[in-house]
Amino acid sequence: MPLVAILALAAGTFAFRVAGPVARHRVELPPRVEQLLSDAAVVLLVALVATSALMVGQQFAGLARPAGVLVAGVLAVRRAPFPVIVVAAAATTAVLRLLGVA
Amino acid sequence: MRSIWRTLPAGLDRRTARDIALVCVADVLVGASFGAISVSGGLAWWVPVLLSVVVFAGGAQFAAVGVVLAGGSAFAAVVAGLVLNARLLPFGFAVADVLGTRWRTRLVGAHLTTDESVAFAIRHDDPDRRRAAFWVCAVALFGCWNLAVVAGAFAGRLVADTDAFGLDAAFPAVLVALVVPSLSTSRTRLAAAVGAVLAVATTPFLPPGLPVLVALLGLAVAVRRPGRRSQEPSPEPLDLERSR
Repeated sequence: MPLVAILALAAGTFAFRVAGPVARHRVELPPRVEQLLSDAAVVLLVALVATSALMVGQQFAGLARPAGVLVAGVLAVRRAPFPVIVVAAAATTAVLRLLGVA
Repeated sequence: MRSIWRTLPAGLDRRTARDIALVCVADVLVGASFGAISVSGGLAWWVPVLLSVVVFAGGAQFAAVGVVLAGGSAFAAVVAGLVLNARLLPFGFAVADVLGTRWRTRLVGAHLTTDESVAFAIRHDDPDRRRAAFWVCAVALFGCWNLAVVAGAFAGRLVADTDAFGLDAAFPAVLVALVVPSLSTSRTRLAAAVGAVLAVATTPFLPPGLPVLVALLGLAVAVRRPGRRSQEPSPEPLDLERSR
């Protein structure tokens, strides 16, 4: 991978990252728009969870990973401590794989 | 930076510190596997190391290296990485308040914005706690991630298959744990559910990264159905200036 490609990816990524912080301080946004922006972050994160739990590339990820994430979801809704949620998810997936479930 | 560190003890509770430490452990293992995969695939050691420092986005790094190792062009690798990172644009707007007004902190903070640091920030409404959670997570992850990638690049053969430990489930689990408390209104829940369904449904047809952006269409639901929370005097996230 040539250096110029790495730098191009870095520059583009930084542009995505810095646009919001720069723009937000130039314009005062109405509270409704502020609320919408924080909702956008939640919607994106939930979509990341759904896609990274269920899909690998463009295909279904199999059962082991979604099962682990489902355990995490149930524990999170029941307000389990953060380490319990994360470790339980990884353990569920690891044990299922050990048992031969993809 | 110094002003950020001075305000940390007030904003960072032990629970958040512990949670961030756990995310660091998971990211160390993933970072090491990134370094190992890149080098064992035939790339020079400095490629994954430099990518990690200047791009600092795990998903895009794996995607770019994956394209190159599969024989794709460098241009295709850059495009794949950029499409994946497009979500950082709306994230930047969502956490702009924690980055303060100084150019230096704004530029550094922007570079350190990741899924995890955003998720830790939105767990809190209080500006000090938002800021503390974001910055500690961001700086800790930057350090851990980059050291781990270096270690993986040089000790590649020693790194086992991280999927065997269920680490691929740990990443979504981290985000689940952080985001569930933010699903506090029926409006947000509905928007997130519609968005998640759209993202998963379009994944087989769209290049990686775009389905997550399609999820933003779920916000249309939120706009049309003003929930309880939006009618309260909203916790003003932009009052950082006052605390300075």
